[in-house]
This record gives sequence, structure tokens and C-alpha cells, in this order.
Amino acid sequence: MIDFQTLLVHFALLLALPPLLLGVINRTKAWFAGRRGPPLLQPYHDLARLFRKEMVFSRTTTWVFRAGPVITLSAILLAGSLVPFGAFDAPVRFSGDLVLFVYLMALGRFFTTAAALDTGSAFEGMGAAREVSFACLAEAALFMAFVVLVRFSGSLSLSPMFHAPMIASLHGLSAAALFLVAVALFVVLLAENSRIPVDDPSTHLELTMIHEVMVLDHSGPLLGLILYGAAIKLFLLSALVLHLVLPFTLGNPLLDWLAFLAGVGAIAVGIGVIESVMARLRLRAVPSLLIASAVLCVFGFVLTLV
Amino acid sequence: MTSMPSAIAIELAAALCIGLSGAPGCLRRRMRAGGQGTATALNLIGSAVGFAGLVLHARGGETQILLLGSLPVGRLAFALDGLAALFLIPILLISALGSLYGSSYWRDAEHRHGGRRLRLWWGIMGASMMAVVLARDAILFLIVWELMALAAFFLICSEEERAEVRQASWVYLVATHAGTLCLIGYFALLGHAEGSTALWPSLGSDGSDWLPTSLFALGIAGFGLKAGLVPLHVWLPGAHANAPSHVSALLSGVLLKTGIYGVVRVCGLLPDPPIWWGAVLLGIGAVSGVLGIALAVAQQDLKRLLAYSSIENVGIIVIGVGLASIGRSLGRGDLVALGLGGALLHVLNHSLFKPLLFLAAGNVLHATGTRRISSLGGLARTMPYTFVLFAIGGIAICGLPPLNGFASELLLYVGLLRAAGVDPAHGWAWAGLAAPALAMIGALAVAAFVKVTGIAFSGTPRSPATAHAHDPGVAMLAPMAALAGGCVVLGLFPIAAVPLLQRAVAAWDPVLAIATPPLPVLAPLGWVSAAGAVLIASVAFVAACFGRRRSEPATAVTWDCGYASPTPRMQYVDASFSETLVGLFDWAVRSRRVLPELPGPFPPASRFESEVPDAVLDRVVLPLAGATKRGLSQLRALQRGPVQMYLLYLLLTVVILLMVAP
Repeated sequence: MIDFQTLLVHFALLLALPPLLLGVINRTKAWFAGRRGPPLLQPYHDLARLFRKEMVFSRTTTWVFRAGPVITLSAILLAGSLVPFGAFDAPVRFSGDLVLFVYLMALGRFFTTAAALDTGSAFEGMGAAREVSFACLAEAALFMAFVVLVRFSGSLSLSPMFHAPMIASLHGLSAAALFLVAVALFVVLLAENSRIPVDDPSTHLELTMIHEVMVLDHSGPLLGLILYGAAIKLFLLSALVLHLVLPFTLGNPLLDWLAFLAGVGAIAVGIGVIESVMARLRLRAVPSLLIASAVLCVFGFVLTLV
Repeated sequence: MTSMPSAIAIELAAALCIGLSGAPGCLRRRMRAGGQGTATALNLIGSAVGFAGLVLHARGGETQILLLGSLPVGRLAFALDGLAALFLIPILLISALGSLYGSSYWRDAEHRHGGRRLRLWWGIMGASMMAVVLARDAILFLIVWELMALAAFFLICSEEERAEVRQASWVYLVATHAGTLCLIGYFALLGHAEGSTALWPSLGSDGSDWLPTSLFALGIAGFGLKAGLVPLHVWLPGAHANAPSHVSALLSGVLLKTGIYGVVRVCGLLPDPPIWWGAVLLGIGAVSGVLGIALAVAQQDLKRLLAYSSIENVGIIVIGVGLASIGRSLGRGDLVALGLGGALLHVLNHSLFKPLLFLAAGNVLHATGTRRISSLGGLARTMPYTFVLFAIGGIAICGLPPLNGFASELLLYVGLLRAAGVDPAHGWAWAGLAAPALAMIGALAVAAFVKVTGIAFSGTPRSPATAHAHDPGVAMLAPMAALAGGCVVLGLFPIAAVPLLQRAVAAWDPVLAIATPPLPVLAPLGWVSAAGAVLIASVAFVAACFGRRRSEPATAVTWDCGYASPTPRMQYVDASFSETLVGLFDWAVRSRRVLPELPGPFPPASRFESEVPDAVLDRVVLPLAGATKRGLSQLRALQRGPVQMYLLYLLLTVVILLMVAP
């Protein structure tokens, strides 16, 4: 059973922290470019402004367009209750919750892309097409990574699975396998959140875009919901990757939470660095990247067999 | 026999009722309605009687065998066990609901032959499928199997005046007989080994090595053809696309499941099957799933897309059967329960959402006259009920929570991961590789069904017929609503299906089933209900937060980066939507595209075309059939016509036989 404090901190972080990651990423990119950049809390101001705004709907759209962001955010929040943060277990955990996690993300994707197509716009159609296409590979890679962790932990629940690296004596083959899985999960994180090198989140009217182009027609609070949901998704996958990068506990709850915050912040800085030093891949090259990450996991899987 | 009618007798009565449902309409030629009402009523009554029998069986629980007499070879033996009971549910359900839908969809006045022939074969098809599931004698099984195959043929060619229908039903007829040939071989070998025609025997392990192997190969080929496993699926897309929509629903929702039923029975042949049986099935299932849904994504015809998606779902089911077979080899009851339980739950689920989707496609076809996705568009506004029902089916078939597809896929995932990781000493780690394949199948299914809902139902109409489409009447919507309700209920309370699944698993492997904890202990079915409820509650909560305070929001045209008046032709079409994925799977999908030539800086108007034919049918089966035909045409030299020649042949044959015979 999980104690009340942890539960409270978990949901507080889940609800409050994600936009800060975007702020950290933007600040890192600005620093690399020699600019001062927006304040760290700018994403919160952006969201607050969006929630106050009026909405404009295309006359083509139906209820799907409005339901999309709502259902996506709900699914992501529910997925957030399954993810263990730092040294602590997730509030909701049961054998098989990893499947629910992946499928909640898929539900979000279904409605995001359906809402995009609901506008009848060719641009949003392109974005939706790329999103669902790349997700086929990203989801396979994610599951392959989970299979390796299942073999490590002997459990089918995210909390013990991602805490197993802590317990496992980190040497030789197992460390190698975990390293491969960590790299693959990080690639999945970049792809699922439409970051460079898969997509460029900072331009708006480029044709090569995935996530931003799907939400061209959303405005006001609905756009706010979408951006908020996207930030939470980034936060959740960062939290998962962090377990593999930082597989130890400090023993003290307060220190553990601080380590978790520092770790997630470091991952955000890492994403910012990658976005600063890399260019976006050509769209045709994205599948190769995702297939490579899935293959890394298969190697990790083979390492667990010996 | 006790004084109470036994469940099996009730089922046979139900089969009789369904089987004769089309007959009264054929007898009275003058009747204008052609017995439409009678047929529907008889189907509904038969189905109700059948369900009553199932309830009776569920209370009694044990297998009942009924011997009605004997045939010249074999006996008229029927039995109802847990496995048969589970497969009866889709048959009874879709026979009744499809017949109700058909009474409005396929009106006598609108078709040249009226609905008489269709209704006659509809009933015979339902009854023969029931008999297939209940039969306990090899000869009887083959007879009803053939009757079912023929009934399906006559149903598929209901619109025989169209050339593509004739071709599709012809391909089906050839394919089904190839399958039956394998099955005759299967049952002949089995009868030879067992010395009796009773079904379904369990071979002793003392038999020689080649016998179980050849039985497995023949059985999987014969039943796999009916189930539509890749590469034996060649008949399936054409038949499903060209049959009337409620017939497609019956084919996809039920007929394919008889193939699955056979595969499950074949896998139960040995008490201790070699592990490669399960591995082969896992592989076939994963390949069928991935290629089936990859081909579905590429389709531009609504019903063909749904047909390929059936191949995918059959693949998912066979993954489960393979896992169960592996569990049987390893002596792991949990894998048997999760694999077979997941597979059978998916059988039930697929028989809810796939007929729902086919009936929705029927509504679209009825209202717009086209199955081409790129000619549709904007149907969400003109056919709101059909759209909602289609969306429910689409979400369910993608396996997304909170609908029913999620529950069955969850069982399979848990089973595969347990085989791979939990208790590694007694597991088979390679099974873990099927889990990412299943994840990929799920993501591709999302792509396919987002494509249909997005291109066909959203946006603006691409043709005048689509702009004036409208929802059909209650008689067509009500059966669909019932199926959608089933998807929701089974999705929120998958635990309701557990007793059925447990009985079926126990019928398949009684020894392991006893020693295994019940399904709700093995898999988090309670959590599925909880997650579904929380999801619905949180959607309602977020919607309430953002829905209440606003006045009427402003409206505008879709933002298309500066175009003042976008036309419907500027919308994204399905071929573009699936282009990336088709490129990714082009090694298997083999799309054909005609690129326009653009001469000079001011080219004239030109066309771009792309289509995705069935690679196996066009590149393997048809060339092979052509080569066979050419090869066999050499034998024409023997067929010269004079009676004397044939007498000579007879004489030679008799002489040779006499010489060879001991």
C-alpha cells in the first residue's frame, strides 16, 4: 500500500510539473543559441492565457473535434497514475498495467488524429498520417523495451519493472542490456513527443511537422488542453527513462524526490541540448531511427537470454 | 435421457428452426413479401431458443452427447461442451441480428431475385455452422462443413449479375474446396489411426512421429484456409467486399470462427504437443496480424479494408491459440488459460465489433452507393448515428480501453509476457517477441481506423451522393446498437465472460485447467473495469469543466494556411494518408502506382493512380493456377471423345487394379 504523502506528491507533480519541462527545454535551447530566452515559467503563462481565450471552430468540424483534446488529456492523466516517479511506486499498480499504459497513449493518439482529420484540412491530414505511421514503430519499440524489463524483474507492473534495475546487481550483461533499453526508450520519448530529430516543435507552418500541424485548427482552451496533455506525456516518458539512467535510491524520501526532480530536469536539459545541436531528420529517415531503437531492444532481449 | 430436454437437443431444435427460416418464403411463390417477416421471426426465435439452451448448459455444465442414429459411414452424433457453447454464441447472435438488419437492407423489391434465395441460404448457413460446432463424428462434420461452405458460396454470389461478385465467389469456391480436401485428408488419417470416426479424439503419445505432424499440417492448412490466415487468405477480401453487407457480417463475424474452432480442436489433439506447434502458430498469427492490418491500412475500399482487418483479428486469435499450445507443452496452466481465454474472448469480441462495422459499412453503401473511401466524406454530419456506431466499433477493434477489444488483447499480452519473463525456468522466452508484434498490430489498427473515420466520415462530402446521405431506419440501426452495446458492456465488465471462457478452457484441457487459478486472478480484469469507469468519469469531468461556461463559439472555415475557400477536393485522401505505411510495408503489400508524366514546364492535366491488389492472390495463386492449367492441358490428348477410347481406359484400369491388388 502506498502512503498518503507519496500519493499527494505524485499527483501534485503529475499535474503541476510538466509545463516546467517545456520551460527548461526552451531555456536550454535559448542558452545554446546565445539568447536569454523566455522565463522558465512561460509555458504556465501561455496555458493560462489560452484557457481564458475564446474558441473558434471550423464549420466542418463535429463533436470529434471537441472530444479529441478532452479524451486525450483524460487518457494521459490516467496513464500518469500508473508511472512510478523516482524511488516511489505508482499510486495505481497491478500486474499488466504496462499494457494499459501503452493503450491509453494509443487512445489519446486515436482521438488526437481523428480530431485533426475532422477539420478536413490537408495539412492536418498529413500530420495525422505521420503520427499514426511513426507510432506503429514507436509502440513496437516501447513494448520490446518493456519485454526486456519484464524479464529483468519477473513482474508485469511498471513500478516493480522500473525499480528492478535498482535491485539488479549492475554488472556485465545486465548493465549492457539496460543501457540498450535506455537508449531505445529515449528515442521513443523523442518520437512520441515529436521532438528533434523526429519533428521540430518550434516551427509552425512547415510541412514536415507532426504534432503541431495536427492542432492547427484548435484554439483557446482546447489548444491549452492539447499542449498541457503533450507536456504531461513528455514528463511521463522522461520519468520512465530516468529510472534506467538513475537506478538507485538515496533512502530518504525528501532526498529521493529532489533527486527525481533534478533527474527529470536533467533529461529536459538533455532534450534541449539535442534540439540545439541536431537538425531534424528527413521524414523518410524517421522509420529507420525507430526500427533501430526496436532492434536495440531485441539485442537487449537476447542479452537477457544468456 | 432425463425428462428435461437436454441442452444439446434444444440446440438442435434451434438449428432446425434457423435452418428452415427461409423455406416458407420459397414455398409460397405468390407472396409479395417473399416470407421476409417469417424468416426474420424464425431466426429470432431460433436464436432465442439457442440461447436458452446455452443457459441450461451453463447450469448443468457437463458435456452432453446425443446420438440420433447412424449414417452409411459414421454416426449422427452431436455434443455440446464448453468450447462448442462458446462458438455457438456468435452464430446465434449474428444469425438473428443480421437477419433483422437484412429485412430492411435487402428488400425484395430492390433485387432481381428478391430476397428469397438469400434468406433460404442464410438459414441453412446458420444451421450448418451450428452443426459444425456440435458435430462429433468425422463424416457428419465433413457433410455439414461442406453444406456450410456451399451456403456461404450462394450467399456471396447474391448479386451474381456483377462480374466482380462472380469472380469473388468463384475464388471462394475454389479456396474452400482446397481446404475441404485438406480436411478430408486430415479426417482420413485420423480415422485410420484411431479406428473410428468419433470426434474429437486425443491421440496417445505412443503414435509414430510423422502422424501427429502430418495431422497438424493438414488441420492447420484446412481450417486456416477457412479462418483466413496469411497466406491462405486469398479468398477472403473479395468475398467479404462483394457479398451483401449483412452477409459480410455473418462471414467475418462467424464463418471465420468455424476455422478458428477447427484450429483449436487440432491443437487439442495431443496431450503433450511439441513446443514447435505453438511456436509455428505464434509465428503464423503474428504474420497474419501484421500483414493483414498493413494491407487493411492500404485499402481504398471500405469493405475490403474491413475484410483485411478480419485477417488481422484472426491472427491475434491464433497468437492466443499458439500461446495456449505452448502452455500445454510446458505444462503451464496459466499460459493455457490466458492464451486460449484471450483468444476465445477475442472470438466473442470480434463477433461483436466486426459485424457492427460491416453493418455500418452497409449503411454507408446503402446511402451513398459507393464503397470507395475517397468518394465519401462528411458522413459524420449526414449520418450521425451510423458514425457514432462505427466509431464505437472502430475504437473497440483497435483494442482501446474502455471497450471490449482491450480486455481480450490484455489477456494475450499478460500471457505472452508471463511466458517470456515470469518463472523463466519453465517459460519460453521467445514468446515475448510476439508482444511487440501485437503492439504493432494495435498501432496499425489505429492507423487503419483513424483513416476510415477521418477520411470517410469527417471533413466535407466529396461527392453529391455523399452530401445527401442519411441514416437508415430503426430496423437497421437497432441490431447495430445491440452490437455496440455488447462492445461497451464487455469492455467495462469483461469479468462477465469469465465463466464461459473457463468452461471452454476446461473442455480443451481439463487436466491443466483444474490446477490453474481462475482467470481473474491471472489477469487484472477487475482493473480493466475500474480503469474504464475512471476514464469515462474523467472525460465527463474535463468536458464539464470546459463545456459549461462558454457562450456560442465563433465559427469559421478550416484554416488551410491562407486559402479563403477550400474545396472538398483539397482534403487529404485515404491513399495519401496511408502512403508512409504502405511504403514501409511495400515489400509485402506491393502497391501498384501509375505516375503521370509531366513533360515541360507547362504540363497538361494528368492523373495519378495507385492501388493495392492482393499480393498473394495476384502474384502467387493466380500464376500458379495458370501454370497448373497449362500443365494439365497436356492431358487433353487423352480426352478425344470416342466412346471406344473410354472403354479402353476402363479396361486398362481394371486390369491394372487386378494386377496390383493382392
